[in-house]
Amino acid sequence: MELQAVLMAAGGGSRMMDLTYNTPKPLLPVGNKPLIWYPLNLLERVGFEEVIVITTKEVQKMISTDPKVKLDVKMKLDLVCIQEDADMGTADALRHIQQKVKTDVLVVSCDLITDAALHEVVDLFRAHNATLSMLMSKAHEFTETVPGQKGKKKTGEQRDFVGVDGTGKRLLFMANEADLDEGVVIRKSIMRKHPRMHIKTGLVDAHLYCLKKSVVDFLADNKSISSIRGELVPYLVRKQFSKSTNSPKVIDETHQNLKKNDSNVNLEIQISSRDEELLHLTQERSCWNDHRGDMSDAYHGGRLRCYVHIMDEGICYRVNTLAAYIEANRLAPKLFDEPAVHPSAVVSERCLIGADSIIGASCQISDKTSIKRSTIGVSTTVREKVKVTNSIIMHGVTIEEGCNIQGSVICSNAVIGRGADIKYCLVGSAQRIEPDAERTNEVIVGTDQLMEI
Amino acid sequence: GTSVVVYMVPQYSSIHIAAVVVSMFSTIICGFLFLLVVKRLPEHVQVDDPAVVKRLAKKLERQQIPLRSDYGYKVSLFSHLHQYSRKAPLTQLLSIPSTVIHPSIVRLGLQYSQGIVAGSNARSVALLHAFKQVIRDYTTPPNEELSRDLVNKLKPYISFLNQCRPLSASMGNAIKYIKKEISNIPSQCKEEEAKTKLLTCIDRYIEEKIVLAAKAISKYAIEKISDGDVILVYGYSSLVNNILCEAFEKSRKFRVIVVDSRPRLEGREALRRLVQRGISCTYVLISALSYILPEVSKVFLGAHALLANGYVMSRVGTSQIALVARTYNVPVLVCCETYKFCERVQTDSFVSNELDDPDDLMVTRKGKTQLENWQDVSSLGLLNLVYDVTPPDFVDLVITDLGMIPCTSVPVVLRVKNLDQ
Repeated sequence: MELQAVLMAAGGGSRMMDLTYNTPKPLLPVGNKPLIWYPLNLLERVGFEEVIVITTKEVQKMISTDPKVKLDVKMKLDLVCIQEDADMGTADALRHIQQKVKTDVLVVSCDLITDAALHEVVDLFRAHNATLSMLMSKAHEFTETVPGQKGKKKTGEQRDFVGVDGTGKRLLFMANEADLDEGVVIRKSIMRKHPRMHIKTGLVDAHLYCLKKSVVDFLADNKSISSIRGELVPYLVRKQFSKSTNSPKVIDETHQNLKKNDSNVNLEIQISSRDEELLHLTQERSCWNDHRGDMSDAYHGGRLRCYVHIMDEGICYRVNTLAAYIEANRLAPKLFDEPAVHPSAVVSERCLIGADSIIGASCQISDKTSIKRSTIGVSTTVREKVKVTNSIIMHGVTIEEGCNIQGSVICSNAVIGRGADIKYCLVGSAQRIEPDAERTNEVIVGTDQLMEI
Repeated sequence: GTSVVVYMVPQYSSIHIAAVVVSMFSTIICGFLFLLVVKRLPEHVQVDDPAVVKRLAKKLERQQIPLRSDYGYKVSLFSHLHQYSRKAPLTQLLSIPSTVIHPSIVRLGLQYSQGIVAGSNARSVALLHAFKQVIRDYTTPPNEELSRDLVNKLKPYISFLNQCRPLSASMGNAIKYIKKEISNIPSQCKEEEAKTKLLTCIDRYIEEKIVLAAKAISKYAIEKISDGDVILVYGYSSLVNNILCEAFEKSRKFRVIVVDSRPRLEGREALRRLVQRGISCTYVLISALSYILPEVSKVFLGAHALLANGYVMSRVGTSQIALVARTYNVPVLVCCETYKFCERVQTDSFVSNELDDPDDLMVTRKGKTQLENWQDVSSLGLLNLVYDVTPPDFVDLVITDLGMIPCTSVPVVLRVKNLDQ
């Protein structure tokens, strides 16, 4: 077996609490499918037959009991539950399933929506015998107005500095602005080996990583690393150029198995890729070099290599903020070609449904309604003379007559009273908007949620 | 066929009938033998024949290997060969945790098609390494024999590797050797024992045919290098590099001229390795060959394969070097291990060759690529040949691990090898 897929679905969605306080993030509807469906669909399309899904007990219960949550994936899902309050990072979760990991892993986050060609990432991993291979994409500006945002958009979160070499494939440097005090510090050893480095800041990390099995074993021994993205990846990128990993050590294959079980095993041996003598002979006889201009061998003799595939075009979104959620809802229909209007929805003839709207199953759309650029969830009732534009309506919502909803997100089971005028608002789960209300640019959530904070 | 003497008998008799029957029988037998001895033309040189292409597609479908499609306009003289693009790897048609093909074979195929493993020796060693992994992970299914089932398991892998990059002659010989070893495993042998036997066979093959052969060739070649020599090498040959490094270590005083050619520019790597050792080198492109040749005292060339009629198949440009060297009366020495000798006969570089990605010929300088839209120009074809054949009249000596032989003795070596086997 070559690769095992691990899907991280235990995240809390801490940056969009308004949406996730009632529905866990993996089950948020995007284009009327749960968010977790998208990475699962990606893995299935590419050819995986089973996935290890790390999630919370709540999500597991909802997946199995809730009929609205359709997971029509044919793969075998191995659900591993972790305690929600254990505050486990992604690396902690990997450590938790160390026993199940038998080969190299492909770690995917549940909030990734992409149509990337995964073989590009995996080919880098295979061809160069890399320790880490990841996917990144050029960030797109979010054009939709985000409900509940007062004033100018914040200048954004801390930037990521990603340094790649001339080919754009080898990952040389990775740091987050939060970790840097005064400026970007690059070691001389890196500059000596790679004098030309391109540092990019406008990239989105898709949180899709191919990791060697030895990295998972290393995590088991080093319990201080808790997040893959925040700690493990920068550590591996830095370790590529550290002196200890580059000392020539030709480790025999028979010793590999012994050393794996030895608890006092050396960190460098664990992390560095184990080249057999034959591979060494091959490299010696082969006339290929990944760089030119200096006297060193291919890869500068380094055993640990990190690669990145940067997507120029195509869809790649991490749905972890409200803005990303809205953008993803706009683009999600392009990823699957099901009919926009579900066959079981009851849509009356005298309503205008735009071509880029999605109507979910068992909906009831009454006369004289106009639905443009919106997503209507499952089992939603929309009464007469309602205008819905640019909005996301989740499941089980009731919209009474004469409402006007624009640029808003209405969460599940909410009720919008008749004649209400909602512009750029976020209406929380099971909230009631009184009739003839006029709300603009507000976040309407329940009082119990406010008290939680 | 046979020459059958049929003697006319005036009347029908049993002898006459018997003679006719015997002659028919023997012609049929000879017909079969003829088919067995004469090999059919391989599929990779009949790409312009749609029937052959269809047969290949069917075979690949049966083995569950995806078919790699040809790319770009092919120059008409070479339209019978495959031409693939490096930007369309075979892996995009495979499932990602590859189940049909062993992961180490997928990795190997990727490394071949991207050029990470290049060079006849490197490719053979990498192939044998991957086969070792395959054998290690192999388990005999019930009611099957290892000697037959393992060979059948290897066939789709070989087709896959062929699709990634056409097999070299050295790889072909290595595969023949492994298949023979596997078939010779006695049926009462236990699986673990059989596997260890095969693994040691592979290790021994590499040790004998590649590593020790290189040492033997170096020993012979160093006798031919005298102090004050100016040696010309072309491109990158692991064997020639090895010889020069060993000669330098044995304190011979010589300098090297490295001749290089586009688009591969393999000479740069050869140059790096020689300079790293401390050998003084000069670097020229092949267009400067006749300018530099008056300085040269010997030419050392590596070979991809040695054909049965004494022709040397090597990187494209080698025949030019040999031709110009002959004109200047500079001795040309070809170094080649015996496991690269193959029974094919070829007198020109057209009939069997390899076409590399034509996009490699495009060069970007100061942000501009002149040939960017070469596909749109209907009368333009880009040709990126990989190999060419050098006639034996231009080669003065072939240094093999069996000794130093003239080019015309190659069929003798092949015959002796076949007798051994």
